[in-house]
Amino acid sequence: MFRLFYKIFTTPKTVINADDLNCDQAEVSAVGAKIQEKVKKLFRGSLAIRMVDAGSTNAAEQELVALSNAFYDAERFGIHFVASPKHADMLLVTGPVTRNMKNALIKAYEATPDPKIVVALGDDAIDGGIFKGSYAIYDGVKNVIPVDYEISGDPPSPKTILCHLLKILGAIDAKQTKV
Amino acid sequence: MENIILWTIQILLLPALSPLCVGIIRKIKARFQNRQGASVFQPYNDLWKLFHKDEVISADASWIFRFAPFAIFGATMAVSAGIPIFASFLSNNFTSDILVVIYILAIGTFFLALAGLDVGGAFGGFGASREMTVSSLAEGGLLFSLLVLSIVSGTTNLFSISGTIDSLPLASLLPVGLAFLGFFIAMLAETARFPFDNPSTHLELTMIHEAMIIEYSGKRLALIEWASANKLLIFITLGSSLFFPMGIAHSIGLIAIAAAILIFLLKVLVFCIVIAIIESGIAKLRLFRLPDLLLFSFILSIIAIGLII
Amino acid sequence: MLEAILTQTTFFAILALFALGAIAALIFRKDDRLANLAGSSFAILGSLLGIAYSIAAINSEVVIFYEIKSSFPLLSFNFNIDKLSAFFIFIISLISLFCSIYGTGYIKHFYGKYSLGSLGFFYNFFIAGMLLVVSSANILFFLIAWEIMSLASYFLVTYERDKQENIKAGSLYFIMTHIGTAFIILALLLLYKFTGSFDFLAIKESIGSVPVFAKDMIFILALIGFGTKAGIIPMHIWLPAAHPAAPSHVSALMSGVMIKTGIYMMIRIFFDIFTDVPLWWGAVILIVGSASALLGVLYAMAENDLKKLLAYSSIENIGIILLGLGSALSFAALEMKSFVALALIASLFHILNHSVFKSLLFLGAGSVISKTHTRNIEEYGGLIKYMPHTALFFLAGSMAISALPPFNGFFSEWLTFQALFEGMKSMDSAYQWIFVFSAGALVLTSGLALATFVKAFGVSFLARPRSDAVKYAKESSFSLRLGMAALAALCLIFGLSSGFLTEIFNKIVRSINSFGDYDPALVVSQNHLISVNGGFSSISAPTIFAALILAGIAAFAIIRFISKEQKVKIGATWDCGTNLGPRMEITSTGFSRTLIMIFKGILKPSKQAGIEYRDANMRYFPKSRTYVLEISDVYKKYFYKPIHNFVLKISERVKKIQSGNVNAYVLYIFMALILLLFFAV
Repeated sequence: MFRLFYKIFTTPKTVINADDLNCDQAEVSAVGAKIQEKVKKLFRGSLAIRMVDAGSTNAAEQELVALSNAFYDAERFGIHFVASPKHADMLLVTGPVTRNMKNALIKAYEATPDPKIVVALGDDAIDGGIFKGSYAIYDGVKNVIPVDYEISGDPPSPKTILCHLLKILGAIDAKQTKV
Repeated sequence: MENIILWTIQILLLPALSPLCVGIIRKIKARFQNRQGASVFQPYNDLWKLFHKDEVISADASWIFRFAPFAIFGATMAVSAGIPIFASFLSNNFTSDILVVIYILAIGTFFLALAGLDVGGAFGGFGASREMTVSSLAEGGLLFSLLVLSIVSGTTNLFSISGTIDSLPLASLLPVGLAFLGFFIAMLAETARFPFDNPSTHLELTMIHEAMIIEYSGKRLALIEWASANKLLIFITLGSSLFFPMGIAHSIGLIAIAAAILIFLLKVLVFCIVIAIIESGIAKLRLFRLPDLLLFSFILSIIAIGLII
Repeated sequence: MLEAILTQTTFFAILALFALGAIAALIFRKDDRLANLAGSSFAILGSLLGIAYSIAAINSEVVIFYEIKSSFPLLSFNFNIDKLSAFFIFIISLISLFCSIYGTGYIKHFYGKYSLGSLGFFYNFFIAGMLLVVSSANILFFLIAWEIMSLASYFLVTYERDKQENIKAGSLYFIMTHIGTAFIILALLLLYKFTGSFDFLAIKESIGSVPVFAKDMIFILALIGFGTKAGIIPMHIWLPAAHPAAPSHVSALMSGVMIKTGIYMMIRIFFDIFTDVPLWWGAVILIVGSASALLGVLYAMAENDLKKLLAYSSIENIGIILLGLGSALSFAALEMKSFVALALIASLFHILNHSVFKSLLFLGAGSVISKTHTRNIEEYGGLIKYMPHTALFFLAGSMAISALPPFNGFFSEWLTFQALFEGMKSMDSAYQWIFVFSAGALVLTSGLALATFVKAFGVSFLARPRSDAVKYAKESSFSLRLGMAALAALCLIFGLSSGFLTEIFNKIVRSINSFGDYDPALVVSQNHLISVNGGFSSISAPTIFAALILAGIAAFAIIRFISKEQKVKIGATWDCGTNLGPRMEITSTGFSRTLIMIFKGILKPSKQAGIEYRDANMRYFPKSRTYVLEISDVYKKYFYKPIHNFVLKISERVKKIQSGNVNAYVLYIFMALILLLFFAV
């Protein structure tokens, strides 16, 4: 155990360090800071996301997993992934919704307590993407449950996801202030 | 008058601090993973948000499911009045017995397990089964490690223990040390930390506590999360005030009490760091390896008792 | 006013009421309703009078002694009702009162199937037999009463005689209880041999003339004999068979009260009659108690039959009672009278508590079984929606038996722990360790009991129905619920008034022979604060209760205050997208499997897995999978089977002298005569 800690503390350069080299990270932080602000305003500082894989190619999942790695670290902006839709504020649906997953998706939607937002992530979730027209799918999430926002890309990169999340939060904010 | 103020502080300190404690542990763990991690106040945000969300309750659930969060939270609050936090002179002969504290916490476990069973999902059932397995075996180490202290100090009242253990003879250092080790293992088991449970898991293979609360949402989820944070802090407090009572206030006095609270916070911080280091350093154990560890804690405490009686 | 009840007439009136009930039930046996009414109402009246009488007897300072001379030499019908007897009369009357109330409604489902007359007859005789057992003061009279109790309960166990298993259970019970009685007779005859009297009081006077060796013999024989009735391991095998077989209100009486008569006689003989007991007696009882508690709860945890689970849990609680009793006996050997009182109070308190919550749980189980017609927990599930009141009462019983404050079970377990702690601190080295291990057994037991009753309540009453049997269940009728509600209330009341009860137990213990004056180790102060040994530990039931209530209200207020606008939506259980069938809920076996596997060294489970394929050649699509997890009966295999085989073998040998030849028999007679002559000379 101590060797592990020793290694962690002695070799910081093996992981990309935020401060000295990467401009990307600075961008991420900048976007993140804005997101954090919005999250604080709209979700009282805590946005819980439940991922629903409605028959995706797992490409989008890879990117989402990257969101919580050491580089992007979405957790610092108050965003975290949860194990049950009942704990969630946001359903992040990936995949074009296969026939097998239709009921599951509806159930997940119903199990999420209000106020909730549904976000379709990736081109195939928006309209079926490259699978559009296949007999096995429903051509996008919006045909099964009401979708509030969409994030395009096949798959979108983590940074894109973060930027889009910011836009989504901004849109919600605008809507709420209007009301 | 002073007593009323002190009691109010005593009772409110625990639930007020407990989310921070969770936040600190998460923060330290994130740093170990080379992440920045959420702010230490994130758990407060989570709770506050959950209190303002609607709820979805399963149609299969009975009143047990609705009632359980109150019982679980209530149990931790009832205990918080019975454990020494910063002052050993706040004597409470009514509910501050070792056994009372352990059994009141057992009420929480009982209802949590029932709530897990109540909705009839697959998760809740095995969560309850695992929780009862771990907690029934952890009770031995917990009780006996605290019993070591009460035999050393000649009382089972927790406040009195924290008041007398300062002036221990050097000879009882070894048994108390062993007992602390036993207590620490039992504590990790009772508060659902590594290597017994993974507090941030999303996988059913490694779930115990998380599996039972998977059906909760909204304010009831908030109560349960808060209660489990309370439970963590209760155990940390037991560990710090009973095994390391240095600095605890023995008499009324503004400076003494302020210093005691500061030292208490410091001790809690140390405990949080230790827990976070352990969680970052070791993997979760397989379920069938857990009894070995729990029995190890039990046996350590028995050896400690053997050394002093 | 209470003094006025305390007459000979009242006592015989109680017995007469039960006798009347028995006879009236027989007379009206042709009409089921009348037989039920007669049998139950006289039992209720008798129990009510019994409660009043016993409360008066506990409060009064006089020891009551009645004597009826019989025409047989040595046998006289002596009744000696001191505070200890009165306490047991109180328990018997209390439990039989609520069981009888429950019974009036419960036995309706026997109408037309079995004779209600014989049920009423044996039921009343059973209760009367127990009352006689705890009040008799003559060895022969006691044995007669003991037989009445055992036989009446045997007939109650085999009451539903159409079921083969009940007959089998009854036979096992009959054999085991008489093996026990044989040991009891030997023990009591030894007492008679050295004291020359059949009277308990006279025996007590001349107990000094019993030599040490005989005393030890009597101790062992009595422990085995009365232990068989109490259900200590390994003499317990009849208990999980017989208790489930009887009608539920009778099971409640058997588990709640009858097995305590064995404990009563142990207290009577070891504490009241004997003085100067050796230290190892207490140690033996502690070891037996630890083993019974730990093994009892392990078997209960692994059990899937609701009533068997409760029966095993009775074994566990008898173990806890014996832990108190054993520490009391150890302290008695060392003349530490104040600690004797502490341990004995713990034991008596647990006797009272166990009789209340165990009968409550049996009544609850009976209520469920009468509606679902199965005892298998696996087939329950979701009963709380069909029988909400029964579920509530069962929950109260489960919390009490798992020793959760503020229910009564916690306080007696707390006292037992205190007795063991005192033993740890004050004994010599070897005995110290026995106390340490007993406390270890007790804490493991209480942890496992919690798991067991989470399973018993959770798997039966919560979640969704696992079989159709549940879906037709309805809430039980009023009399059933009344009986259970009263007992559930008593669980809470006895918990809250634990300070008051402790004082009464103090009085009872003081009245037992072998203690003179002592400094009480257990002090109850004004505000119900029980404190042990000058402040080593202290506890207050009402404060704990108040703290819990206040904390609950605080939690409720937080919710009310912060989230007042939030709505609650009723949805489905989150099932990860699949459809939840009954097979996806956790089962009773599934719940306890982890613990069974952890304790597999003790429980010796056997696993069998079988797969059936759709196509034997292509083994990809299994048609069905079966997985059987069974707990083997270790005691039958390693203890009773060898004894059985041994007896059979001996019998085979002995059979050879039965040649059928008259000459041989004449030779035997001749030899016997010569032998007798030798002995006579």
